[in-house]
Amino acid sequence: MAKLDSKIPKGPLAEKWSKYKSTMKLVNPANKKKLDIILVGSGLSGSAAASTLGELGYNVKVFCFQDTPRRAHSVAAQGGINATKNYKNDGDSDYRLFYDMIKGGDYRAREANVYRAAEVSNATIDQLTAQGVPFAREYGGTLDNRSFGGVQVSRTFYAKGQTGQQCLLGAYSGLSRQIKKGTVTMYSRREMLELVVIDGKARGIITRNLVTGELERHAGHTVILATGGYGTIYYLSTLAVNSNASAAWAAYKKGAFFGNPGFIQIHPSSIPVLNEYQAKLTLMSESLRNDGRIWVPKKKEDKRHANEIPEGERDYYLERRYPAFGNLVPRDVASRAAKERCDAGYGVGDTGLAVNLDFKDAIAKQGKKAIEDKYGNLFEMYEKITGINPYDEPMRIYPSGHYTMGGLWVDYELMTTIPGLFAIGESNFSDHGANRLGASSLMQCAGDGYFVISNTIGNFLSGEIRTPKISTDAPEFEKAEKDVTGKIKKLFAVNGKQTVTSFHKRLGKIMWDYSGMSRNEEGLKKALKFIDELKEEFWKDVKVPGTNNEINQELEKAGRVADYFGLAKLIVIDALNRGESCGAHFREESQTPTGEAKRDDANYSYVSVWEYKGDEQEPQLRKEALNYEFVEVKERDYK
Amino acid sequence: MNIKLKIWRQKNAKAKGKFVNYNLDNVSPEMSFLEMLDALNNKLIIEGDEPVAFEHDCREGICGCCSLYINGTPHGPGEKSTTCELHMRSFKDGHTIVIEPWRSRAFPVMKDLIVDRNAFDKIIAAGGFISIDAGSSQDSNAVLVNKEKADEAFISASCIGCGACVAACKNASAMLFVSAKVSQFALLPQGRVEAVERVQSMVAKMDELGFGNCTNTYACEAVCPKGISVTNIARMNREFLAAKIS
Repeated sequence: MAKLDSKIPKGPLAEKWSKYKSTMKLVNPANKKKLDIILVGSGLSGSAAASTLGELGYNVKVFCFQDTPRRAHSVAAQGGINATKNYKNDGDSDYRLFYDMIKGGDYRAREANVYRAAEVSNATIDQLTAQGVPFAREYGGTLDNRSFGGVQVSRTFYAKGQTGQQCLLGAYSGLSRQIKKGTVTMYSRREMLELVVIDGKARGIITRNLVTGELERHAGHTVILATGGYGTIYYLSTLAVNSNASAAWAAYKKGAFFGNPGFIQIHPSSIPVLNEYQAKLTLMSESLRNDGRIWVPKKKEDKRHANEIPEGERDYYLERRYPAFGNLVPRDVASRAAKERCDAGYGVGDTGLAVNLDFKDAIAKQGKKAIEDKYGNLFEMYEKITGINPYDEPMRIYPSGHYTMGGLWVDYELMTTIPGLFAIGESNFSDHGANRLGASSLMQCAGDGYFVISNTIGNFLSGEIRTPKISTDAPEFEKAEKDVTGKIKKLFAVNGKQTVTSFHKRLGKIMWDYSGMSRNEEGLKKALKFIDELKEEFWKDVKVPGTNNEINQELEKAGRVADYFGLAKLIVIDALNRGESCGAHFREESQTPTGEAKRDDANYSYVSVWEYKGDEQEPQLRKEALNYEFVEVKERDYK
Repeated sequence: MNIKLKIWRQKNAKAKGKFVNYNLDNVSPEMSFLEMLDALNNKLIIEGDEPVAFEHDCREGICGCCSLYINGTPHGPGEKSTTCELHMRSFKDGHTIVIEPWRSRAFPVMKDLIVDRNAFDKIIAAGGFISIDAGSSQDSNAVLVNKEKADEAFISASCIGCGACVAACKNASAMLFVSAKVSQFALLPQGRVEAVERVQSMVAKMDELGFGNCTNTYACEAVCPKGISVTNIARMNREFLAAKIS
């Protein structure tokens, strides 16, 4: 049975990573050529890892379900990427970023991993800049920084509101360079449907060719998952609609433990739901809260136009509740406060599920031009979608599912509990605890890809230099392929009457209502029952049109939704187990008299790590205790 | 609203395609264009028909998946917007909308409205990068970059690789796409080191893959959802000429 050993190197925090690198085992260049790496996912972490492993001389096979690696959802990250350069001379350091992340994550992340994420952040910015990523610059030619996510230093590098796109394209260009060199082979329009484990080690994957439907076997000495998060479990989220967790779920079912599945960040500002066919909620960057003021009417169900509601009848509830931080409270606090007002009947718009984000005062004070310079592209985007001009009246926003801090459990080397299976980027649980700070997602993805996995994988592969090429004729491949064939046949065989999307929507609603921003025992127990019932209905009445041997987008969706039933339950089970409120996880039973989240360190200072025991069995919980050696555990207070 | 649709249906790359007419009721002006297609597909599946295949992912105008020709224009009537950013309020009750895939020999149709844009990846792999290994880069501020140049490079770099430029061009030229990448690197000091080889190998690959030449119609610029300007093409031509005589 897999052991839970986080393999944290001994010694002072700031020396752990350099000590690890100096003492890890290496693979000599001649042997690297003989080692095959399977890498699934081509977002920022996947593309960065692929190019770096290719540079080192390994044989890398990269898989993505899109038509090209450049479309992975890292492309949509807006705000920026953090690094501790301290170019602004404002007192930043690795330790300070580490501390901000630990505190922001509400003391539910592993110190050593978080420190390393901060430590490699500078090299990441240097690498991206050298690759030609056009970050914003000052007139003197140096890189510009902005303050982001409510921290006290300016450490965020950015490329307008398209930082994710520029970072991903930088990594993609590095990946392309290795494709030209022949170290990386790219397999696009492929979806990983099964993991192959031989003698306890991850040795390959089964993919479906999304053009021909053919199932393909790919073998390697190791498998890396860079498959992103599972925010689409809510159906409506800020994620790309095809983002999914099927690869991670396959790994979980094969023995990789899942860490903190219930930690899901709800972003406070996205454009609210406008119609019943809505497929996606568009994010409005957090930076807007630097100048926009959030309010709802003081009167319940006030249907007047926002501009007709006089100043005295507006409730600037964030400024009222959190005078010190006001509109700049962290994401989880802002999201819950919006929900509280809307649930109490003060929400605006047709659905009552929205709050105003008003720039009137900022425009009056700074002028329209200044606001346009800062947020022009976001205002345009808002107007394109809603038809409303936010210079003339407030934007309407509402929280939506955004980022999953939870993911596959990994040790310090980013290896899961299956030897030889690694998870990087958002697909692992590693660096953000119970809540992620702004601009640290791109940072972690790029850092994992360029500087962490490229080192730690050598420690594993050094033990594989005598392992010959893995054959895809092994019985384990045979069985894995047969299992996938069986699942696909089963999906077609139902031949019911309801669309896959209709099930996904209903699952999303269950998750949003009972396991979203605010959770309680009764609701979570209801959710478990509803998920079971919906799953049963799915397998009796879902309709998957067409055949397997062609492009079949409904079949792709059906497989992903089928896996989501299992993950949804795991999320709820995790949320039920964690009786405290921390970070993005808010249990109504655990709050202060004024309605703030109440953490319970005595009972819950651990990572909840879940082991799969079968579809009909409860997963088994293990606890990775979180011992804070280097920071003092404090309460998060934004009042 | 009621919308009449005329959509290109094609079983696979080898099959012969044809237009099929559909009628869709209860279209709300709030719907995005793709949500309208979702509604159509929902109806088709329930009625036992095959849904229309189209490519989409981020649905916020940045991934570049969208590849629909709407009423004869790539990405439809919106200005500087992708198909997914288009909303039904741009159309009127009773309108007929014609939807086709990108029309270009370089982008063969794979099914219905999905085309193969793999040629773009091949052009990037031919030289659309700076050869720098992870770990060997110097401090980011060691080389100062003029802000205006950096901003210009950013605008060129904001290309989403959707291929509307190729689809709009009567010559199926990929010059706007290629020149945007060439320009991004040509404008930055980091990119100058390999500038000569880069422009030659990317242009050679573009020609090899069967993209046409530029005859200055500027249809590409007109349909580009990111507003990439044809001055990039002029810059690439200059770079190419300089490379040839260097």
